[in-house]
Amino acid sequence: MKSYYKTADADWYKQRLNGLMYFLFAAFSILAIRLFYLQIIEGEEYSRLSENNCIRLQSIDAPRGLIFDRNRNLLVDNRPSFDLSIIVRDAKPLEETVGKLAQYINTPQEELMKIINSKKGGASYKPVLLKSNIGRELLAAIEVHMFDLPGVVVDIRPRRYYIRNQSASHLLGYLGQISPAELKSGRYESARPGDFIGKFGIEKSYQNYLCGNRGGSQVEVNAVGQVVRVLETVNAEPGHNIYLTIDYVLQEKTENLLQGVAGAAVAMDPSTGQILALVSSPSFDQNSFITGISHEDWKALINNPMRPMENKAVQGEYPPASTYKIVTALAGLEEGVIDETTMFFCPGYYKFGDRVFRCWKRGGHGNVDVVNAIAMSCDVFFYQVGQRLGVDRLAWYAKACGLGVPTGINLDHEGSGLVPTSLWKKQKIGIPWQKGETLSVAIGQGYNLATPIQMASLTAAIGNGGMLLKPVIVKSIETVEEDIVKIFEKEQVGVIPASQKTMEIVKKGLWEVVNIRSGTGWIARVDGLDIAGKTGTAQITSRKAGDPENREEQENFIKPHAWFVAYAPAAEPKIAVAVMIEHGEHGSSAAGPVAREMIKTYLVDSELNKKQTTIGEIDPIVQNLIME
Amino acid sequence: MFDRRLIQYFDWWLIGLTLMIGVIGFALIYSAVNADDITTQNDLHVKQMIWFAIGLAAMVCTFIFNYRNLDQWGGGIYLVSIILLICVLLYGKHVAGSRRWLAMGPLTLQPSELVKISVIIILAKYYSKRASIRGFTLKELLVPMFIVVIPFLLIVKQPDLGTALLIVLIASSITVYVKIERRSMAWLIGSGAILVSLAWFFFLKGYQKQRILTFLDPDRDPLGAGYHIIQSKIAIGSGMLFGKGFLKGTQNALSFLPEQHTDFILSVLAEEWGFTGTAIILILYLFLLIWGLNIAHGCRDTFGTILAVGVTAMIFWQVFINIGMVMGLMPVVGVTLPLISYGGSSVVTSLIGIGILMNISMRRFMVE
Repeated sequence: MKSYYKTADADWYKQRLNGLMYFLFAAFSILAIRLFYLQIIEGEEYSRLSENNCIRLQSIDAPRGLIFDRNRNLLVDNRPSFDLSIIVRDAKPLEETVGKLAQYINTPQEELMKIINSKKGGASYKPVLLKSNIGRELLAAIEVHMFDLPGVVVDIRPRRYYIRNQSASHLLGYLGQISPAELKSGRYESARPGDFIGKFGIEKSYQNYLCGNRGGSQVEVNAVGQVVRVLETVNAEPGHNIYLTIDYVLQEKTENLLQGVAGAAVAMDPSTGQILALVSSPSFDQNSFITGISHEDWKALINNPMRPMENKAVQGEYPPASTYKIVTALAGLEEGVIDETTMFFCPGYYKFGDRVFRCWKRGGHGNVDVVNAIAMSCDVFFYQVGQRLGVDRLAWYAKACGLGVPTGINLDHEGSGLVPTSLWKKQKIGIPWQKGETLSVAIGQGYNLATPIQMASLTAAIGNGGMLLKPVIVKSIETVEEDIVKIFEKEQVGVIPASQKTMEIVKKGLWEVVNIRSGTGWIARVDGLDIAGKTGTAQITSRKAGDPENREEQENFIKPHAWFVAYAPAAEPKIAVAVMIEHGEHGSSAAGPVAREMIKTYLVDSELNKKQTTIGEIDPIVQNLIME
Repeated sequence: MFDRRLIQYFDWWLIGLTLMIGVIGFALIYSAVNADDITTQNDLHVKQMIWFAIGLAAMVCTFIFNYRNLDQWGGGIYLVSIILLICVLLYGKHVAGSRRWLAMGPLTLQPSELVKISVIIILAKYYSKRASIRGFTLKELLVPMFIVVIPFLLIVKQPDLGTALLIVLIASSITVYVKIERRSMAWLIGSGAILVSLAWFFFLKGYQKQRILTFLDPDRDPLGAGYHIIQSKIAIGSGMLFGKGFLKGTQNALSFLPEQHTDFILSVLAEEWGFTGTAIILILYLFLLIWGLNIAHGCRDTFGTILAVGVTAMIFWQVFINIGMVMGLMPVVGVTLPLISYGGSSVVTSLIGIGILMNISMRRFMVE
């Protein structure tokens, strides 16, 4: 009772310390009891477990997401790969075990020891990879002798497999081992050294959807490193599958058409912006990147003058040449410097100041209006339109048509092309704009640069009546159970700044290119398909590549680039294409037939293939890995 | 000016226990990083000795002035530590996804460590002024709550959940010690329970619940924390009665143990020195803590008593959580073992705490 009358002085506080003391003893008793339990009661068991350090973590790789085309044809999957490793700690005696192993797999013992010794200094319980992808015969040989080979393990891991070799390589991309810089970047959350990640193309752009989540197990192993008990398992989550907008039949056909040349072709659905084919030629072998490409092969790829490692469809920047006359015609009509009745006389050349600008047709086109000028690709007509517009007005239209900036397709290193203006020249080169240069720009030469994907979306926009769409390459991303993760909708990024009337005039010109005998694209016509298009032949002024010793090759490298852009059917287009062939010489003869065959394939042949072709079988072993 | 009694009353027991634990720590760190023949940082024990020396210097600085000055400086120290916490969030070094360190020239400082001390001081100041036998009511507890919540949120933001919870535990211990009024206590417990269940059933998303469950039960994460715990338990258990001997720990040698020189240092001790060695360390800590309470008992003013209890609580919770964690009794949080775990900020903070105890102990003859 006494304490109730006391104030909270030091003595009162001292009394309260007793409680703390009891608490302290209680807490330490818990710790001591636990310690006693672990070390004395359970000590034997833990001692046994520690003997071989036999509780280990085994990682379970997540199968990477598969890639399909728009009709759900499998393009990329995973195949089982048998990787032979050795756990040095368990492989005792080491020399003898490696010796036996060397016999079974017909590899010199020294070679294996070299690999093992090179990894010395790493933790001895971690497997050292001796040989990846050993094949089923070797696997059988090893499995039979497994009890003779302590510490030798064979891991089954899913390995990326590109079903149609060399096909769509640039679009799909390839995998490579993660680099130390990439590991540090923090962009690959759960990645570990030695992991394969997308290095290019879709594999890179959609890495985070494709990679899935790694799983693992806590296992107890015996003295020779064999698993005797699985304690805990966290399942790996397979990566999401990607459904591309690509039509595989068209893609493959286009690749065949571009066989042996350097160039690119893009096909787009003008109503949605979905890319139907995206081809860059020549191609490369993606599977070789997985199994490890040799130094020589890599050098050969890098030094090849046709630049196989570049995705020319989005990275390649070329003068758009006469395909650019579409823009010049639009600008001229919209700005009122010409109308559909304006006629210019083409004698085969145009005198401007003291310079003479030639038309590609030496004899001249005679009197032409804008429709004829597009159809026959008359340079003289467009020189005059350009001269009346001036470079900066023309540039405004070019930019509104999507040129000079990347289209935003989610692929690496997309080029932006170039739309020259007087200000640009002054800042970049330091010399004021020369009036004569406007004339070159008006026919798509000079400083002008465009990528095939830009020209494809421009062509699609003309075809669909003025809607500039962002190119879409992925239709949907889905889980293994085919639940939708993400759907990529049509996205309009601009409007072609032209009236209905202007569009009709230009479209008439484009139709005549292919459908009247004097049109430059007559070669591309197909009865019943109603194709509209535009040719382009890009003069090259500088020599960049080629072996200076080899005359023939030299001459080849100064030949002009060939362009052809087209859409069909003209009234309500279902496909727009842009074809660019490096040093193809003439737009009509080199690129025109490619565009024609692509359109034919898509509109005629591909329809027959719409019904689902057999989806590539997923290997049962990988299937098991997924299910486990 | 100088009182000879300061030397007469110098607390040799306190300094002796502290040094004993510290020296055992050097040996453990040496073993932790050297038993493995391929480790790259095998001089960490030397660095730890340097830190310990710096810590001892800081300890001396902490006990040469009269601790009663801390009563006046409490607010300032608290303010500075909060400003440092804000600086960490703004300019701190990123290490493994969190910002905890401030670089000051060649030194890096971990302000959340300093905050533990500053919270203890300012709470002792507040409670010593208003102490009553009835205990503190909810209204009176608002200020202490505010004092704790600010650094708590700032530390959670880093994120360093372990230290943040530690501060709450220390503050709660002090508060319970100075007594909470009975009805207020009921209110606190009741509303806390309601808040937690509301949050659990209505606000937390599935993955957040998963995280909390994994935090509370490491076995749910067999590839991460759960694996560390099982390895730690094997290391401790396999030590048995007398241990495997110095530098002979096999779990330790093969780097099976995570963070074996910092958070999991005790499993090295238990594996190599067995139950005997570990029990000795437990007893040393117990002595140290009892001695801390004894200092609180010997102190003649309220401020000093609460201060000593606070510092003792700080050391107690770290020891309890850390040892509980490596034995699989507690969630895996980054709480170091005071005076033993490798790490400059941790050692210096612990020794500053010891310095405060020493300060109070040396001046126990002084009357207010």
